[in-house]
Order: sequence, then C-alpha cells, then structure tokens
Amino acid sequence: MKPLALFIIIPLATAFLIALLGRRIKNLGDVLTNMAGAGLFILACSIIPGVISHKVLTYKTGNWPVILGSSFIVDGLSMLLLVVINLVCCLVMVYSLSYMEKYTDKWNYQALFMLMIAGLNGVILSADIFTLYVFLELASIAGYVLVAFSTEAEALEASFRYTIIGSLASVCILLGIALLYSFTSTLNMADISLIIASRSQQGQLLNFVSVLFLAGFGMKAALVPFHAWLPDAHSSAPSPVSATLSGVVIKTLGVYSLIRIFFNVIGTSSNLLNCLVILGLASMIAGAFLAIAQNDIKRMFAYSSISQVGYIIFALGIGTPLAVLGGLFHLLNHAVFKSLLFLNAGAIERVAGTRDLTKLKGLAEKLPLTSSTALFGSMSISGVPPFAGFWSKLIIIIAAIEAGHPIFALIAALVSIVTLVYYLKFQAGVFFGALPSAFANIKEAPLTMKMPMVVLAVLSVAGGLLLLPCCREFLQSAVKAVLS
Amino acid sequence: MSEYFLCLILFCTGLYCILRKRNIIKIIVGLAIIEYSVNLFLILIGYRFKGRAPIFALGQEIPNMVDPLPQAVVLTTIVIGLAVIVVAVALSVRIYSKYKTFDITKIRRLRG
Repeated sequence: MKPLALFIIIPLATAFLIALLGRRIKNLGDVLTNMAGAGLFILACSIIPGVISHKVLTYKTGNWPVILGSSFIVDGLSMLLLVVINLVCCLVMVYSLSYMEKYTDKWNYQALFMLMIAGLNGVILSADIFTLYVFLELASIAGYVLVAFSTEAEALEASFRYTIIGSLASVCILLGIALLYSFTSTLNMADISLIIASRSQQGQLLNFVSVLFLAGFGMKAALVPFHAWLPDAHSSAPSPVSATLSGVVIKTLGVYSLIRIFFNVIGTSSNLLNCLVILGLASMIAGAFLAIAQNDIKRMFAYSSISQVGYIIFALGIGTPLAVLGGLFHLLNHAVFKSLLFLNAGAIERVAGTRDLTKLKGLAEKLPLTSSTALFGSMSISGVPPFAGFWSKLIIIIAAIEAGHPIFALIAALVSIVTLVYYLKFQAGVFFGALPSAFANIKEAPLTMKMPMVVLAVLSVAGGLLLLPCCREFLQSAVKAVLS
Repeated sequence: MSEYFLCLILFCTGLYCILRKRNIIKIIVGLAIIEYSVNLFLILIGYRFKGRAPIFALGQEIPNMVDPLPQAVVLTTIVIGLAVIVVAVALSVRIYSKYKTFDITKIRRLRG
C-alpha cells in the first residue's frame, strides 16, 4: 500500500519546501500547509474502508521483509488516531492563517508544524519500536520549539521545562527499548510480543521495562505525578499550537504509545491495569480540582486536559472491551472539543487582549459565534446529554460498574460534575454579564478563524453518531486492535 | 560487568545534575550525560566478548561478531540527542536575555 508512506512524505516535503523558500515567496507557506493539511485528512479518510475490510495494511520500506526493514502498519487503532490527528491539524492550519499574522516569521511556524505532523503520523504508523522512538522525538522537538515560538519570557520558561522533562521521558523510553532489545533480540513490535509470549521464564526484567515505559510515556501524556510541565507549556504556546498539543500530541505520544506497548507488545497484567486505574483516577481528580482554581482560561483548559486524559487512562485500566471502547471514544471526543476550546481561547485573546477571567466579561454580544461554539465545547466536555462527551463518559461509567468498580464509577461521575462547574465558571466569566466599556469596539474573529471553530462545534455534537450501528465499526475495529 | 556499573554511575550523575543543579547550563550538561550513558548502555548490549566488527570479506568467516544493530541505533540517538541539546541551549540563551540570570530558582514567572 503506497499511501501509507505519503502520511510522512507529504508533511516532511512541505516542511522542507517552506523552510527553503518561505522567506522569499510570500504566501507559499499558507498555500502549501493548507493543501497538505487537507490532503492528509482526505488520505486518512480514504484508508478507512481498507482497514475495516482487511484489518491491517502494511507498507514495506524498500521492500525489505517486515522483520528486517522499518515497515509501516495501520490497524484499527492507528486508523482512528490518523483520522483524529489529520482532522485537527487540517483545521488548525486554516485557523493559523490569520491567527499567526501577528508573528513576523510565520513560515518558520508552518515548517515546524509540518515537522510535528510528520512525527505524529510516524509514531502512529511505525511497526518497530525504535522507529516509533525516532518519530516521537521528531514530534517532541518540534513541540518544544513551537511552545517557545512567541519568545516571551513565560513561553521560554515553559518550553525549557518541557524540553528537560520531555527529554528525560525520552531517555526512560530509550532505556526501556534497549532492555527490551537485549531480552528479545528484535525491534519489531509484533515479533517482540511473540517472543515474550513464548518465553515461560520471564523474571523481573519485564516489570522493570514496564516501569520505565510507564514513566516515560506517562510523562509524555502528563499523567498526574508527571504532569508539572503541561499547564505551563500548553498555556504559554500560541493558541493553535496549544490546540494541537492538547488535542492530539499528548494522546499520540503518550496514550497511543502506552496502549501500543502495553496492550500489543509487552502484554497486560492485573498489576499493570491497576496501576493505570490509579494513575487515571489521580489525574482525573487532581486535574479537575486544580482547574477550578485557575483564572487564566488557557491554564484552566490545560488542567482540564490532564483530567480528561485521566478518564481515557482509567477506562483503559478497566480493560473490558466496553471500557476500551469508551476510552477510545473519549480520546476522539476530547481531541475535538479540547482543540475547539483552545481555538476559542485564541479568538478571545486575539480580540480582547487578555485571557484573565477576572478582566473578561460580557463578550457574548460582541462575539456571538465564538461564544456559541465555546458553549458547545464546554457542554460536550462536561458531559451534558446529546453532546458527544456525554456518551463517552456514560460508556466509561457503565463499564466501570459492570467490571465491579462502583466506587470508581461514582468518582468518575462526580469529577464530571466538577468539570461542569469550572466550565460554567469559564462561560459565566467570559461571555455573561454587562460588557465593560474597554471592549466596546471589538469585532468577531475573521472567517478563517470562524470556520474551524464551527466545524469542530458541529463535530462535538455529531460525534455521538459514531455509536450508531452503521458507524460503529470505526470504533469497534480500534477496540479489536487493542485487545487482540 | 564493571562497564555496566560505570554506565549506571554515569546515568546517576546525569540524573543528579538535572534534579539538583540550579544553573540551567549545568542542567543541560546533565541531560547530555544521561543521554550518553544510555547510548553507552546500548553499545554494551551489542558487545560480544572478544567480538569483531561484522564486516564480511570473501573467503573469511567471523565466528564471533558484535551485534551491529545497536550501533546503528546509537548513531541515530546521538543525532537526536544533539538536536535536543541545541534546542535547550538556544532556549537558555533567550532565557538569559529575558531574565538576566541562569538560576532556575529565579526563573519563575509561571505559577499555579
């Protein structure tokens, strides 16, 4: 299958061209990135039928056999993430057209962004564990630079912290890969899992490797003991970057890699699943309560990301097919509504010049579109019925009760109410009340910024339709890939 | 065996630098040390006792050769490590111009 390589070739080539010519040709970056974004999304949609009917698509680099070369593989889980990543990136590229005007070197931003997309797609596609590491680093390094893109003091500080913690996480992952290689003498993931399953004496090495991977990918996913970098990095970055970081990067680098390594390669044990449940619950609770206290809207959304990723990890830790379905569905929904909310925050910051809840007030009449899309996002993430977020949280809670954890289910439901509380605080603070005279002359954001917000708002309602019998196969094939 | 212990000591030195040092340049040096210790560990994994380089020639048999794969892996990780260090150093230069200090405890405008 040729198209699989295109997922990496297109963004890399675009990044190269923009870095080379962007300074000289004025609108080259705008045109190329939007074409690449749209093309990648169409490509991601076009592989869905193939994956659903064939289960697995493979691309062999240079026609080497799968075990020797670094091949690309797409199964149900990768397909789900490819669609999510390329959807969010495509919309964010449209949004950046006018949002990034305020920076002088927009082409650098576009080149770095394309490198990050190449890294994300590569992580999803790679069939061997070291290629996964290389692409993970590519996405992370582009992420470190993008966080510091505004070169304001806070952004630099946040980016430095992110760089140090992110590199430490990568070192843990690399050490894990080294130990796993010494144990199995292969880097191919399918091969590693076969060899591990065939050894009867496993000893303590696999436990140590599990701890290394849990720490490494946990840092990348910002689970609670390792979350310190996330609120700084996600709130100081430019808004389109925050939308991508919160929407897809932590999920791809953290959650996806965690699922791939533990469910498909090393294999799960009851201890590991308990660990995931505890980490998930801790992230859920701590993220939600820290979010209430924030007055900076982007910082509040960043803590909320920690809390929602906690739901996904919690669902995976329960480990029944229904729970995994809920977790993956929540992953998809969270990517949609969290990027929507960050784009809203960007629109608010652009027109009002501040993100402080105590200074903002009554913007609903001046920004009708931003306020209504933000309402969609907030209601969906807090789990209010008809919105997509309600269905995924409902599935997770039902799965927790079925698996015999009624107390955990109760906690998940209560955290959902806390989520509603801080999103109401956001709504009340920004959009309701009398408009201060300072904001009397502000105007709604331009069309290129409105369009992505409207699309994401529609998706945050329509996402629930994926549970209908005709579309369910999309999620079911991902669940089968996780649990096979 | 002693090589593995030295590797562990190197790893711990790097970790100590990252966790305890206040100067951001020293933290970056710690990061470099920790990366090199993992690279060294990868090379040690591929080493066979009295092994030779796996280069074949006509009519020659190598009974005991080292594993070439970790060496290829290490070449890649060295380049990645270099990129990370370059980013970190560039950031520290910009941080110095904004905060006028390299002390990590004084670079604290973000809170909460």
